[in-house]
Amino acid sequence: MEIIDILLAASFWEAAIRIATPLIFGVLGALICERAGVLNLGIEGIFTAGAMAGWMAVWLGAGLWGGVLVAALAGGFFGLIHAILTVPLGLSQHVSGIGVTLLATSLSYFTYRTALPDVSSPPRIEPFRPLDIPFLSDLPFIGQALFSQTAMTMLALVLVLVTGWVLYRTPLGLAIRAVGDNPSSVEAQGLSVYGLRIGAVVVGSSLMALGGAFLTMSAFDAFFFGMINGRGWVCIALTVFASWRPGKALIGALLFGAFDAFQVRLQTEVGAFLPSQVFLMMPYILSIIALIVVARKADYPKALLVPWFKGQR
Amino acid sequence: MIRFEPRSNPGPLLVYGVPVLAATIAILLAAIPLALAGAPIIQAYGLMISGAFGSVFSTSEMLTRATPLILTGLAAAIAFRAKLWNIGAEGQLYMGAMAAVAVGSGVIDGPNWVMIPVVIIAGMAAGALMLIGPTLLKTRLGVDEVVTTLLLNFIVLLFVQMMLEGALKDPMSMGWPQSEPIIDSAAFPALLERMRVHIGLIIALVSAVALAIFVKRTVWGFEIRAVGENAAAARFSGISVTKTMILVAALSGGLAGLAGVSEVAGTRGYLATDLSPGYGYAGIVVAMLARLSPIGVIASALFVASVFVGADSMSRAIGVSSYLADLIVAMALLCVLIGGFLTRFRVHFDRKSAQG
Repeated sequence: MEIIDILLAASFWEAAIRIATPLIFGVLGALICERAGVLNLGIEGIFTAGAMAGWMAVWLGAGLWGGVLVAALAGGFFGLIHAILTVPLGLSQHVSGIGVTLLATSLSYFTYRTALPDVSSPPRIEPFRPLDIPFLSDLPFIGQALFSQTAMTMLALVLVLVTGWVLYRTPLGLAIRAVGDNPSSVEAQGLSVYGLRIGAVVVGSSLMALGGAFLTMSAFDAFFFGMINGRGWVCIALTVFASWRPGKALIGALLFGAFDAFQVRLQTEVGAFLPSQVFLMMPYILSIIALIVVARKADYPKALLVPWFKGQR
Repeated sequence: MIRFEPRSNPGPLLVYGVPVLAATIAILLAAIPLALAGAPIIQAYGLMISGAFGSVFSTSEMLTRATPLILTGLAAAIAFRAKLWNIGAEGQLYMGAMAAVAVGSGVIDGPNWVMIPVVIIAGMAAGALMLIGPTLLKTRLGVDEVVTTLLLNFIVLLFVQMMLEGALKDPMSMGWPQSEPIIDSAAFPALLERMRVHIGLIIALVSAVALAIFVKRTVWGFEIRAVGENAAAARFSGISVTKTMILVAALSGGLAGLAGVSEVAGTRGYLATDLSPGYGYAGIVVAMLARLSPIGVIASALFVASVFVGADSMSRAIGVSSYLADLIVAMALLCVLIGGFLTRFRVHFDRKSAQG
């Protein structure tokens, strides 16, 4: 198979969009937090919590969308912890985020192990099925690549539009962006800096958790230990790459998904010459390269990482 | 309304008492998941304590666990002091371990007073290089070191896996991806007969004391603190921030690499991909519990190690998930963060309605 053949196959793009989906949720979540001035390194743990909580809710009998809701609530809960520590208390966003990741991961694993003490093969749920939209799914190429995804992928794509619209077209979005750039100006307008920041972190964290939930409820049908495997951290890198814009976040996630899908296919071709680990390293190497490329012109929200206290000028 | 008022001068009781209190609260909070898991709480805590301190063997295990934690804790403490957010100690540990195995499994041989320093230097150099790269990217190009050091953990672990299936693979391992064993002359001698605790512990303790002296008593240590407190002011007063950062990176990465050397040469004897159960990440907790004090790192590493060993043996005895240990450690980190806040600020509750 030639490289061109790989890129022209609808199944390749279907896989690329599928791989990109959790990253879209994650980058949108990270972007909302950071736009409000709060770096959320809890993302890796929040992904794990979303994956576990969503899966477990469905396993215990909730509907699939009930599971999505539970995952979002779990993400919001850990986001609230991070928000309280970093916003009114102004503690180190780096350390608090790592703490939230450790807490969310260990709590998820502990809960899973407590609920299922001695299972060797994880129990399966009936996950989201690929949509079968009349007409659209039957289109050649696009139909398979884009319209035969699960509802969660559609949700992710819609959320890109919603996030972009809220951030750039509503007063709320203006306030969120301002609170990440110049919080004192927001206070001067009589808005609550704490309220905006806490709200943004909680909502952003809920979105991150959906990325995890996608993995257990849409891409796979079970929860595994270590299944997040750095996806959350990749989202943090992609957020910088996207210069905190939802549209670019989508492009970044899709490029990433395409690359990942491509290397899997390439591996079957040239796998005999290169160790499999070289391919598995690529997403991380790619993330670092992306950071280096955009670093010089990265336009960080000016108040990112900077704690702000009431009454401060 | 709640108001926070900065404390002008927190007393020593507050400074040293708060981390102890935070650790205690984290342990007590663990009663909630224990109860939810249906475990007998009092008995569980008893088993946890005897699991870490009940016998010479269990204390030796605890000290064996504490050894890499002291080193990764020091690695995080020195880096965080300079506000170099090194989250990559896990990867630096594996690089250190891999370098130690590369030179210490029979390529060269000599008496142990030669070989032990050789593996230590190789491992520390490898760990240091792993952090100097991201640090240069940070100081030269402004690439956030948090993300690069984190991502490098994954890259290194895959690289280790690749080497263990390739150049470093032990042909006698029956197909398991593990390295050849460290030769006897490069292995860290045990401290107690028939126990696992080894001279890595002494090396770690000496490192902590040396680092404390370095930070407090040398010009370099002063510059590191100055850069950490206010990089712009440090630059203004003629300190080269880049040079200081690279020095910090070499120290921090070197210490994390040393943790890896100590694990392969002392505890494990060979390299495998499960060498570290997350010592690099736990080092961050250790450093924070110690409030970034090198001597404090010793105490907090002992605490974290006893939680790990104690909770492990408790979970085996009564069948509670061993992830409880990670849970306690995570809660300790968050508690000590809040505790750190309460040492710096006094909390006032204003009752507006009562006044007005």
